[in-house]
Amino acid sequence: MRAPRLAAAAAALALMLTGCTAGGDDGTAGTVRLRFQSLAWQKESVDANKQLVAEWNAAHPDIQVDYVQGSWDSVHDQLLTSFEGGEAPDVIHDASDDLADFAYGGYLADLRGLLPERLRADIPARSWETTTFGDGIYGVPFLQEPRVIMANKKILESSGVRIPTPEQPWTWTEFRRVTKDLTTAMGKGKHAIAWPLKEPVSVSLNLGLSAGGQLFHRGPDGRVTIRFTDADSVVPGTVHDQVNTDGSASRSTLGTGGSDTLPGFFGGKYAMVPLGFSYRQQITQQAPKGFEWIVLPAPAGPEGLAQGVSPQTLSIAEDSPHKKEAARFLDFLLQPANMVRLARGDWMLPTGTTALADPSLHTAKDGWATGAAVAAHLRSAPAQSVRGYPEWKDKVATPAFQEFYSGAIDVGELRKRLVKDGNRVLSRYQR
Amino acid sequence: MSVTRTSRPARLGQYLALLAYLVFLAFPFLWLVSTAFKPARELGSLHPTWIPEDPTLDNFRQAFDEQPLLRAAGNSLLAALAAALIAVLVATPMAYAIARHRSRLSTAATGWVVVSQAFPFVLVIIPLFLVLKNLHLINSLAGLVMVYVVWALPFALWMLVGYVRAVPAELEEAAAVDGAGRLRVLVSVTAPLLTPGIVATALFAFITAWNEFFFALVLLKTPEKQTLPVVLTHFLGAEGAADLGPLAAAAFLATLPSLVIFAIIQKRITGGMLAGAVKS
Repeated sequence: MRAPRLAAAAAALALMLTGCTAGGDDGTAGTVRLRFQSLAWQKESVDANKQLVAEWNAAHPDIQVDYVQGSWDSVHDQLLTSFEGGEAPDVIHDASDDLADFAYGGYLADLRGLLPERLRADIPARSWETTTFGDGIYGVPFLQEPRVIMANKKILESSGVRIPTPEQPWTWTEFRRVTKDLTTAMGKGKHAIAWPLKEPVSVSLNLGLSAGGQLFHRGPDGRVTIRFTDADSVVPGTVHDQVNTDGSASRSTLGTGGSDTLPGFFGGKYAMVPLGFSYRQQITQQAPKGFEWIVLPAPAGPEGLAQGVSPQTLSIAEDSPHKKEAARFLDFLLQPANMVRLARGDWMLPTGTTALADPSLHTAKDGWATGAAVAAHLRSAPAQSVRGYPEWKDKVATPAFQEFYSGAIDVGELRKRLVKDGNRVLSRYQR
Repeated sequence: MSVTRTSRPARLGQYLALLAYLVFLAFPFLWLVSTAFKPARELGSLHPTWIPEDPTLDNFRQAFDEQPLLRAAGNSLLAALAAALIAVLVATPMAYAIARHRSRLSTAATGWVVVSQAFPFVLVIIPLFLVLKNLHLINSLAGLVMVYVVWALPFALWMLVGYVRAVPAELEEAAAVDGAGRLRVLVSVTAPLLTPGIVATALFAFITAWNEFFFALVLLKTPEKQTLPVVLTHFLGAEGAADLGPLAAAAFLATLPSLVIFAIIQKRITGGMLAGAVKS
């Protein structure tokens, strides 16, 4: 009795599944359908994206956009598979440091002839650099996130230390002295700063720009080599000394992510935590009532407040049959007012000059003004277009920096590993 | 058969070890449940508590508001049930053939099947994607089920071969001597003894498919088709940032079907195993 029942169930299931097969791409003849894969994930950000898509669809019955939510997790592999299979979304949201392989692989459309002059002119050249590979532009950088210092207002003000501003930031030397004094004032078991360095490479390289660090040097022949100069050692050296010499930085947070440091920050265990600008959202949600916090600029060096960023980008798939329509949609999505909506939804900063000037992004509340002031100093992350960077980062730089920050190796050994082992890795990509 | 008596201290040690293991296993789930009911401000506490001080359902409300969890759970359930059913239907006769008719070929086949488990997802995903595209099975739960069946099959086969070998061939021979035909032997003698193994294998295939993320992420294009693990990642941001409360609430709900199904059939597995034990 059971076997026929099982067979019937299997047949029914097969029929159901067959019925679940995807339908056609286009419901209405003559209507262009675009697929927009967004990586927005915070509620406000998703809402802003969906609203903008709805507004576009209402105004453009001939070009309809389907919003598809992607995921930051595994986005590279997912896109790679989609590109290879010819099933990529028409409009693609990603981060600029993920684009190099796709751009060189011919998967992304060169946007130079597609974007309106308004958009080209509104975004500064230093932002376009992050999506320029060879001669082409393969994405529109539209949101960026500097690293700032979230600080406990009460602890800082009661200690009497000078509160830095974007106009008068701490130098790296002053920063080290301040953290040392602050730790002494805070008492046993507490630290002036907690560096969440689960991913130490981007922090070290991006903040290193302020001190004139560059690490990656491109020769006239286009080949990239790694050199570790004194300027490159300023930021790593400061962090190393805070942890291992001064005791002003918590050792236990070296292996953690940004969110992991927040409980200690709220509990007064750490006075400051360097985090991405968008972490302000988590702080506003999770901070206990009465907790006062301020946003400080990262310390400055000879290059001022300069730091590297990998902006969020919007690209068009090379295989898309509707590139012009996709570019029109991008133009709409990145109108200054819309860029502000997207930026506020993601708690980030827009790259567009007009959008960045919006008064709502210059309020003192939640530290918007500090971030907006830092935005003028943001540059392309040092490793942005270096082929082989992901392998160098995972196999060489991450363990080397982790060991250096924990005190297991000295700066000489760090230099040796980053340069010698690193150049060996890069050379394989530049034959 | 002699039974070795264990001294009282040794037995106490065994129980303590078992208790420690159970606590170790239960910890992530209990913490997940606790997190799911905590308001945002408690999630940022330096001294987290097991029992939420101010329990709330807001995380569940937010999770359901933001993501189509029920639809995604329905897709996952359909895909996982279909994958489990088909995997078992395919693997059982294969396992029987390999277990009962031993030859160099069957040994090699088993070896190859097991080795195939070692292929990483990333290695097979692009060819698989192209094949499914040619079959017009991209963005289709049917295509996803096919992948899940193929992916679960080697281990299912491996499990079932062991179960078939545990059923004494002498029982089948005795039934045959008594006049039962081949089909009758399989249906009346072998199948009942194999039931716990089949159920365990189906459970394995179900859980594998229920938890699978990467194939579903790559193969399903439209939001209407996405499965629960894919939708869960929508609560995650870049560089490990997460909307922790709603994520915990959604993840807690995602674990329930596995727990419920296991609770329903675990009696059958253990009961069947005991029944099998008596015969030997």
